[in-house]
Amino acid sequence: MIYLMLFWAFFKVGAFSFGGGYAMIPLIEKEIIDIHHWLPMQEFLDILAISQMTPGPIAINSATFVGYKVAGFWGSVMATLGVTAPSFLVILILALLILKYRHLPLLDAFFKGVRPAVIALIVQAAYSVGRSSFSGVKDVILALAVFVGLYKLKMNPLIIIALSAAAGIIMY
Amino acid sequence: MNKKLSPKETLLMFWAFFKIGAFTLGGGFAMIPLMKVEMVDKQKWIKEEEFLDIIAVTQSAPGAVAINSSIYIGYRLAGLLGAVIATLGTVLPSFLIILLVVMFYADMKSNKYVERAFKGIYPAIVVLILAAAINLWKAAFRDKTGIAIAVIALFALIVLDIHPILVILISGLAGIVLERARAEQGGDEK
Repeated sequence: MIYLMLFWAFFKVGAFSFGGGYAMIPLIEKEIIDIHHWLPMQEFLDILAISQMTPGPIAINSATFVGYKVAGFWGSVMATLGVTAPSFLVILILALLILKYRHLPLLDAFFKGVRPAVIALIVQAAYSVGRSSFSGVKDVILALAVFVGLYKLKMNPLIIIALSAAAGIIMY
Repeated sequence: MNKKLSPKETLLMFWAFFKIGAFTLGGGFAMIPLMKVEMVDKQKWIKEEEFLDIIAVTQSAPGAVAINSSIYIGYRLAGLLGAVIATLGTVLPSFLIILLVVMFYADMKSNKYVERAFKGIYPAIVVLILAAAINLWKAAFRDKTGIAIAVIALFALIVLDIHPILVILISGLAGIVLERARAEQGGDEK
């Protein structure tokens, strides 16, 4: 039963990838290429490249893509459900516990310690995207323009992203 | 207690997550500035402190951070159904766009326009993510110990390449230790 196999393969990917989309790539490769031989390597690499270029989490994009390639529309539905299901279970349990015990001093102190570290996490994310995306004067000019748009013109980030995509097409 | 949204607000929440899903380009962390604007600034459904807590929790759980935080926020705002609706909102744009790409096999990989658009998008995302960090700054720090935690955490993440989950756990434990120390100091003063 191909649908169940797709669901289960992507369920495992969703359940064992800690640390976001990029951590999933080796797991997806193992399931799709090594275990099930669903796709040739070259096609898998193409799918990853496209998944990074389309909006949304890489995990969802590649699950939808591989699912469709392997078993058509319902394949894409099952693969996407599979990769989302573990998150759903884990996060619901965590949310339930946290919302219930949030008033406890111990948990409160824990989160007070965590919050500054989250700022560090966000800065690190900016750093890792920035390291590979700043290579010339044009990039700096664009970044400055975004800064002005955000703080002086109070533009919505969605509009900024759309405009910077257009700017990229014109400038580069 | 959980804040429950009206049906109309729930629809609004779906639309907010749909927009976030549609504009999250270049990795999961790109959704943080978008989610902050929609959930914290515009709708004021979530406070800044709680938003930071949610990032910590969803980053520590398996799966995509964008999906995890949709599930958490959806549940927090409108219960189980809210979690389903928020997740659908985030997933649908990806799902639909990928289906279009495979069906019509648009060759995006070698498309010059897509490549150039991304050259513009990446520097913008860097600024947007940094701006989110700056905006959340005040909510994160109560005193100097907070700044120390942030600096050490950043060093651990970037220079030592320590896993984010470990950094979150250790800083949480540091929070508990600091709170204890603070309580003891308070006791001495009396």
